[in-house]
Amino acid sequence: MAGVTSQTILVVGGGIAGVTAALEAAETGYDVVLLEKEPTLGGRVSRFNRYFPKLCHPTCGLEINYQRIKKNPRLQVMTMAEVAGISGERGNYTVTVKTTPRYVNAKCTACGDCAKATDMEVANSFNYGLDKVKAAHLPHEHAYPMRYVVAPEAVASGEGEKIKAACKYGAVDLDEKEATFDLNVGAIIWATGWRPYDPQKLTSYAYDLSPDIVTNVEMERLAAHDGPTHGKIVRPSNGEPAKKVALIQCAGSRDLNHLPYCSRICCLGSLKHAAYVREQYADATVDIYYIDIRAHDKLEAFYNRLRRDPQVNFVKSKPAHIIVGEDGRPVLCGERTIDREIYKEPYDLVVLATGMEPSVVGGFAPTVGAVVDDYGFVLPEIGDGEGIFSAGVAGGPFDVSMSAQSATAAALKAIQAVRADGA
Amino acid sequence: MTDRKPGVYLCKGCGIAESVSMDAMEKVATTENRIPVCKTHDCLCADEGVAMIKADVAAGEVNQVIIGACSPRVMTDRFDFDGAVTIRANLREQVVWSQPAGEEDTQMLANDHIRMACAQSIKTKPPLPKIEGEFSETILVVGGGVAGMSAAREATRAGHDVILVERTDQLGGWARKWSERTPHRPPYRGPVENDVASLVSAVEGDGRIKVMTNTRVTKTAGMPGRFAVTFNQGGTEVTETIGAIVVATGWRPYDATKLGHLGYGASPDVVTNVEMEAMLANGGLKRKSDGKAARTVAFVQCAGSRDPNHLPYCSSVCCQVSIKQALQVAKADPDASCYIVYEELRTPGTAEEYYRQAQEAGVIFVKGKVKSVGADLTVTYDDDLLGNDIPLSGLDMVVLATGMVPNSTDTSAEAIEPEKSALQLKDDIDPEAAIAIAGYAGEAPAAPERPERPIPEGGPILNLQYRQGPHIPMLADGFADSHYICFPYETRRTGIYTCGPVRRPMDMAETAEDAAGAVLKAIQALKNASGGVSMHPRVGDLSFPKFGLDICTKCRRCTVECPFGAIDEDEKDYPILNPARCRRCGTCMGACPVRTISFDNYSPQIVADMLSSVEIPDEFSGKPRILVFACENDAYPAVDMAGINRHQISPYVRIIPVRCLGSVTLLWVSTALEKGYDGVMLMGCKSGDDYQCHFVKGSAIAKERMSKVGDTLKSLMLEAERVRLEEISIADSSRVPEVLNAFSDEIVKIGFNPFKGF
Repeated sequence: MAGVTSQTILVVGGGIAGVTAALEAAETGYDVVLLEKEPTLGGRVSRFNRYFPKLCHPTCGLEINYQRIKKNPRLQVMTMAEVAGISGERGNYTVTVKTTPRYVNAKCTACGDCAKATDMEVANSFNYGLDKVKAAHLPHEHAYPMRYVVAPEAVASGEGEKIKAACKYGAVDLDEKEATFDLNVGAIIWATGWRPYDPQKLTSYAYDLSPDIVTNVEMERLAAHDGPTHGKIVRPSNGEPAKKVALIQCAGSRDLNHLPYCSRICCLGSLKHAAYVREQYADATVDIYYIDIRAHDKLEAFYNRLRRDPQVNFVKSKPAHIIVGEDGRPVLCGERTIDREIYKEPYDLVVLATGMEPSVVGGFAPTVGAVVDDYGFVLPEIGDGEGIFSAGVAGGPFDVSMSAQSATAAALKAIQAVRADGA
Repeated sequence: MTDRKPGVYLCKGCGIAESVSMDAMEKVATTENRIPVCKTHDCLCADEGVAMIKADVAAGEVNQVIIGACSPRVMTDRFDFDGAVTIRANLREQVVWSQPAGEEDTQMLANDHIRMACAQSIKTKPPLPKIEGEFSETILVVGGGVAGMSAAREATRAGHDVILVERTDQLGGWARKWSERTPHRPPYRGPVENDVASLVSAVEGDGRIKVMTNTRVTKTAGMPGRFAVTFNQGGTEVTETIGAIVVATGWRPYDATKLGHLGYGASPDVVTNVEMEAMLANGGLKRKSDGKAARTVAFVQCAGSRDPNHLPYCSSVCCQVSIKQALQVAKADPDASCYIVYEELRTPGTAEEYYRQAQEAGVIFVKGKVKSVGADLTVTYDDDLLGNDIPLSGLDMVVLATGMVPNSTDTSAEAIEPEKSALQLKDDIDPEAAIAIAGYAGEAPAAPERPERPIPEGGPILNLQYRQGPHIPMLADGFADSHYICFPYETRRTGIYTCGPVRRPMDMAETAEDAAGAVLKAIQALKNASGGVSMHPRVGDLSFPKFGLDICTKCRRCTVECPFGAIDEDEKDYPILNPARCRRCGTCMGACPVRTISFDNYSPQIVADMLSSVEIPDEFSGKPRILVFACENDAYPAVDMAGINRHQISPYVRIIPVRCLGSVTLLWVSTALEKGYDGVMLMGCKSGDDYQCHFVKGSAIAKERMSKVGDTLKSLMLEAERVRLEEISIADSSRVPEVLNAFSDEIVKIGFNPFKGF
């Protein structure tokens, strides 16, 4: 090992794992750069309505974390930035960072005049495209940094100039270009998280055939007060209340044709979705189609809470396929594992509990000084002498608590790697 | 301290100047409040605006920067000036974004925001940290199993000395007895070699780790940075100064003698999974009864776990352990048959591959709930498929997959001082509490009766010399205290972090990682302690509560109510603060009946000055005034987000952020009513089961205090409805306007406060 030339720790990914790792390292007295490829921090969890098992809001913990970031001069956050290359070794990595234009610079005060200036709308990526948003917009109400974004579509059209003219503070910069630059860092925490498994690959589940077949992450947005329906759980096809709901577990997970591993969070996520529906509608019924309900450790208590609800039914079965009925409702077809009954059951809303696919699949993977398994998970630690550590779901299918736990551990590993006095 | 030199800086940007009169606000600052410096700027957060303020601070003209602009939640770093205290008036989110432009009421609200900020500056002092005594950087690790040994190694790799204490005569814990372990690396098939011996030798060969076997902690006093910990090693007592503590006391198997219905005790060939480990380690599986080879083995899952009569939780690891043992049996004897009888097979994450491997290897998985195991080794299970009881017979051996019980206490030691321990355990949350659900109008099955949880058997692990008792707090399920979603290492005892199966059931690989996380927090705690700064969630806060003992009545409310056990009592029963344990929530300040607890920058007086500074129109104006104390972590951001969404809020509301509802003193409520406010609302986090308070108990304590305010109001001939506590979450940006507007309407209906004008 050539020795430590940089004591800076780079954290790649600004979801709950990356934010936690960055803060824990910075608050222990180290310089940290945090990269996030989206316009705001918070990643997947900022798109969740609530957490299991307390049914509390992710923004509650994120707010604390953002306050910690604002008060910590050692932590530098770069949004719309991702890693394009890594070379070097522990103590001395050169990381090539690629930035995507936001078209809004640091002068933005979030006054909102730019959004008022345009009528152009684009798909709202925060809501997984379930609704639209102005071409100049604040990504969401809890966005950090609290800064607007101009959509590239607006820049390509004449709308960009209107948006730019509306800004009193010279914050709109239509000339921003994609750029790359190098960072010298001593250790890297890989916290790029996950994406929902593509439901279109689950061809028998007809995701494309009915708007009333949604994924679990979309369900989170339907239930969120700042989502496309302002928190009303309705059928996307017609806006009617969704009172008969099916939740399909292992939609992609535990399946050698898709994700061979268990994504761990989906069972608890669906139990939470059952609670969302039952909180809203006294007469709603929820059927959960499952192989095994994996409510590990103390989360068993959350499973028990839902099991006591007579209007939540647990059906041991993996549905064979979904068709769209004559009335437009999705119909689940399959066989119950327990009594071998064949069913053909229509629902108002079907939620596919799609699993977690690591973001490095099909994207940039750290190959220097890190081990990536066949699934695309970056192993959390690879022994002495290495300087790249994973945190959160980049390292395995974890829930939020385990992600925060692994991120805190990764912060220590990174600190050990960059300590000037060596280990 | 140098004299205070306040300066007011008003921003015209973001629609402020279009909505309200800058001149009027300037007049409030300069004429009413006699602030010598008052400047406006088109965009205060821009470089020129910040430079203007910086120049005034550098010139020594201003050391209290009062910003009238956006919310304190934004531009925090822009408006941070060396050599000055910053005070923010939220004119943007909470005035111009939530009120109609150009209205008289909007102007009155903006003026009041400036008044409150000016009033806040009067008594605000820059906080000076409390740093005294010698600090230690040594980390104490309690427990010499995988968790403890991993923690010790992680700490020395980060440059810290470690004292590792183990109760028994050797390191290694349970894992020492295991022949193989479950796989945690690709290809996630196994079982793999158990490398615990190399960890033991790494610890023993590490010059920075002082291993103390046959040792117990008999006493822990002090606070992070300088705990005084007394050890008893084979009868000899020594005391060491310790910076921070990692508790890694692990687990013990659930007592199988309580599982008589599963045949334990009826036949020597019914064994626990822990006993099975020893049998496998000795090579070749032989029946205990007759020494014959065991070739047909059934594993009974959830033996004790997931059972309300035994362990309510899932022990997480047992499914994988049984798979491992079955594979070991199959490997040693290819003709052996193994059955795993389970209700839910739990192999989360990459362990799914391991499950798949077991299926390929011919392990037979049987879904069903085991009802009994007979002395003849017949396993009877309830078959979901056929709906009746099925016997599984012809078995040579039955293995009960018993679960993990956390060693949150030392069961080999005597329990001590029950009444003080009770104090810290009784407020625990119930993880099985019923969810509020629309359809549950009384007919739904209620949550099971929460079993009375007496003081856990056994003595304390650390024997904390704290006013609030000797134990590390634990959750209702017996595991050590942990904020188990966002901040898993946060506990109610600052500087003491738990890891491994004492915190949550977990396997060896996760335990090793958990140990690293706990060590990081321990290092932070001792660093922060020596710098006099707070730990989570008010990270970096230098302020701390000061006690005016001259008027203290020794009522002990502060020492009892502190959620973190930060305050002890001296021999004369006066409170003494342990600053490095304190999280600066101010619950003690809210508790003090004589208001003699205050922070340099947050005190009963400062907030009373703020609320008193608001102009109260007389009853003929038709304009009521409602005072709101909003938790700055959740309710206050929700109000901001209502503004970001341009939701309109009643202009009669005046909002003061508070550190936690626990810090709200009844003095503020009574002062507000005396000053002529017509209503008072406390907006804070959910309390009770599934509480969301960042200070654990602050909102619950506030609720308790407010439940008694009705009598005070009655004695003043005021309606109880004038004071209300409302649970507001951070996601309530749409609900906040509804709640405030409804309260405002209700107050108008009740009528004006008769004290107005007196």
